[in-house]
Amino acid sequence: MSFPWARHYEPKNPVMKWVDDRLPLPRFVYNAIGAGYPVPRNLNYFWNFGILAGLSLVIQIVTGIVLAMHFHSSAAGAFDSVNGTIMRDVNAGWFLRFAHANGASMFFIVVYIHIFRGLHYGSYKAPREMVWLLGVVIFLLMMATAFMGYVLPWGQMSFWGAQVITGFFSAIPVVGDWIRIWLLGGYAPDDAALNRFFSLHYLLPFVIAGVIILHIWALHIPGSNNPTGVEVKGEQDTVPFHPYYTAKDGFGVGIFLILFSILIFFYPDYLGHPDNYIPANPLSTPAHIVPEWYFWPFYAILRAFTADFILPAKLWGVLAMFGSILLLFFLPWLDRSPVRSANYRPMYRVAFWLLVADVLILGWCGGSPAEPFYVITSQIAAAYYFAHFLIIVPIISRIETPRPLPNSITEAVLGNEGGSRITATAATA
Amino acid sequence: MATFEEGVTPDQTVGPGGEILENPRRRDYLLYAAPAVAAVGAGVVALPLVNSMNPSADVLAQSTTEVNLAAIEPGQAIKASFRKQPLFVRNLTPAEIAQAEAVPISSLRDPQTLEQRTKEGHKNWLITLGVCTHLGCVPLGAGEGENRGPFGGYFCPCHGSAYDTAGRIRQGPAPKNLEVPKYNFTSDTVVTVG
Amino acid sequence: MTSIFFRSIKFLIGGGFVFVLLLALLGSITGLIKEPPKQTAEQALHKHPKELDLPSNGPLGKFDLAQLQRGFKVYKEVCAACHSLHMISFRNLKDLGYSDAQVKKIAKEWANKQPVFDEKAGTWGERDNIPSDHIPKVYYAGTGNPPDLSLITKARHDGAAYVHSLLTGYGEKPDPAVAARFPEAMKTPEGMHFNPYFANLNIAMPPPLTSEGQVQFDDGTRATVDQMAKDVSAFLVWTAEPTLQTRHQAGVAVVIFLLFATGLAYGAYLTVWRGIKH
Repeated sequence: MSFPWARHYEPKNPVMKWVDDRLPLPRFVYNAIGAGYPVPRNLNYFWNFGILAGLSLVIQIVTGIVLAMHFHSSAAGAFDSVNGTIMRDVNAGWFLRFAHANGASMFFIVVYIHIFRGLHYGSYKAPREMVWLLGVVIFLLMMATAFMGYVLPWGQMSFWGAQVITGFFSAIPVVGDWIRIWLLGGYAPDDAALNRFFSLHYLLPFVIAGVIILHIWALHIPGSNNPTGVEVKGEQDTVPFHPYYTAKDGFGVGIFLILFSILIFFYPDYLGHPDNYIPANPLSTPAHIVPEWYFWPFYAILRAFTADFILPAKLWGVLAMFGSILLLFFLPWLDRSPVRSANYRPMYRVAFWLLVADVLILGWCGGSPAEPFYVITSQIAAAYYFAHFLIIVPIISRIETPRPLPNSITEAVLGNEGGSRITATAATA
Repeated sequence: MATFEEGVTPDQTVGPGGEILENPRRRDYLLYAAPAVAAVGAGVVALPLVNSMNPSADVLAQSTTEVNLAAIEPGQAIKASFRKQPLFVRNLTPAEIAQAEAVPISSLRDPQTLEQRTKEGHKNWLITLGVCTHLGCVPLGAGEGENRGPFGGYFCPCHGSAYDTAGRIRQGPAPKNLEVPKYNFTSDTVVTVG
Repeated sequence: MTSIFFRSIKFLIGGGFVFVLLLALLGSITGLIKEPPKQTAEQALHKHPKELDLPSNGPLGKFDLAQLQRGFKVYKEVCAACHSLHMISFRNLKDLGYSDAQVKKIAKEWANKQPVFDEKAGTWGERDNIPSDHIPKVYYAGTGNPPDLSLITKARHDGAAYVHSLLTGYGEKPDPAVAARFPEAMKTPEGMHFNPYFANLNIAMPPPLTSEGQVQFDDGTRATVDQMAKDVSAFLVWTAEPTLQTRHQAGVAVVIFLLFATGLAYGAYLTVWRGIKH
């Protein structure tokens, strides 16, 4: 579906017309991110993060391709090729490496904000369920890619990360150990594991790019959601994507790049861990192993399960950790409220902010050592996490009385005065 | 209903609801300046990406090689490695020197004398890269018992270029003589190449 | 009947996870009450590094080449006997202000020779170092396992300060009142040395910097133990990232450019949206 008032592509010169007649790619781009895509006029800055996520992926692919030209994918050579050759001898290698390592962090920051934007404004609800489902797929692929990428420098955290994450699979009854050995191609992480992780780390970003195209395609069927959650009613509710949102995104990209550059050039190791500057040593585990910060909430959920109950604690932890992400697939059917935006849902709004705080607490626990205080806190926080999605949100969506919604986006933006003026103009037209 | 651009004077603009707004357009230059600056930025970012594919500092640092000549008998040649390329070091016999000097320079495709291709006082030491100037194969003739070709120097099996005892091109498609790298004798039996 | 089951499956699953977590929580709390965590000797006695003020600190930090040269001298004369620096090549020392000839001389006179494999004989021999060589690895047969120092200031929290504190921390005795609570931990094993800045409290490395003037500085700086420790820490910041200063300088230019470009982008955004309420 497309809005009837969407502008149509008209080739500006004979060359573009020639191309468009034979391969309508210019038309496709025009309708996707050009003037041919009408977008609600009231999007706030949180709607910048979709483009920023796409930009992050491009940055990761471009820097990654060049880094791969210098990387030695072997247990004996990986650490020295990253910390020696690339960081010291390759022209601008330090820049590429820090941009790639911190680019992953920026990607996750942007995607987390993008996800919470969707949660707050109900962007997962009908008719946009498919956009949400594809988004969760992208998130899972990102996690796999990031994990395998972190293994590549073959430092202590890389090695023990690979050991621990593949250890999850040994929790599977009966075939678990066999699966783990199959994943690693050996009994412990070594050349075989490093090489396959490198191969997949290079492949998956292109898979992500493919799913992003589906994600955007699915978005363009109903069009973008907006902060009121009210559907577009007419042309007065929208502006063409270009130049309005290209301009706004351009400004957003500038802010993103400033923060990213400050990280690369002034604090490149801030989000990393010192232990990954120690070469992998299969005979000695670091005192305090943690994954990268973006996995901390899930790591806290994994560690929160310390009691055997029918199933062993380890299996509960692994189930819960994967479950905590997989349950996002069911969110469109867990939240049955017809109102999208939390701005008009007083109870859901409280639950949403509690969830934000809860995930931050889980992250803080996940990054801390497994001491009793943090374990207890993460047990409470993990219980709230599951309760939020599986109990609280379904109940709220039934009992809550939403605040009155505006009649249209334009009314919400202009207030009554503007709204009536528009109606008048529309009537005369 | 008025659309965005129709029927609007240059000092006015139209909201999406059709409302006409008085607004001078004197800041329109920003619409060109901002993308232009962004394009410059993208270009500057491309530089380190491209430059990273140039030889890295460790490759550039390994640019000299020492070769010991003591064990090379007259008539013999060895293959050494210089900047990851083969280097031919050959101890010419007096007959081979005479053979090279007998060739009239004007008949050569790439005119050079043996003197020009060797160091003064070490005319018997022919040091060249073992890279055919045609398409980069390694010519035969430096190894024990290899075919030295019709001119007694080196012979490239890929496309049949033949070099003489001074390493000069005499027959076949190669355009130039075998390259003589920069080198100097650090003692009578040791040369530093590069 | 089935539809009720399907409608309540979310509550079953959610309730299940919450129940198991509460069970685990109960276990954690009873465990905490039954057996309150005891403070370990490491927690009680381990000290965070003392603050160290180096010119390379902070987002705009620069190297002080004279200090790096002094630090290199400390490394060469004291540390290099046991600790390698294999990510640094001799040619890198030119960054510290040494000339080509000086670098050649340093490489040639380096005590540890470069191992070479004789293809014909099948044996290992050695030769003098040349500028393009990495500083050769050190094989250490004594107690402990001296780590390579190339990345040491990145491989420890607050690395430069850690190195400085560790080198000057041998004399610091633990608070007797606290130490009395851990008689076991206070028995320093044979061949080990107490150092409160080391994670395990007892370190195999004997105090390396012991007396003033142990290293003669060419620039006349007084070689106190603290000065030597400070200079070698500064040197090891350089070895961990020789491009640090380049990075800082490039960063200033990049951020200034981006601020300008973002300002223009904001102007363009306002221009495009002028008069449109949103």
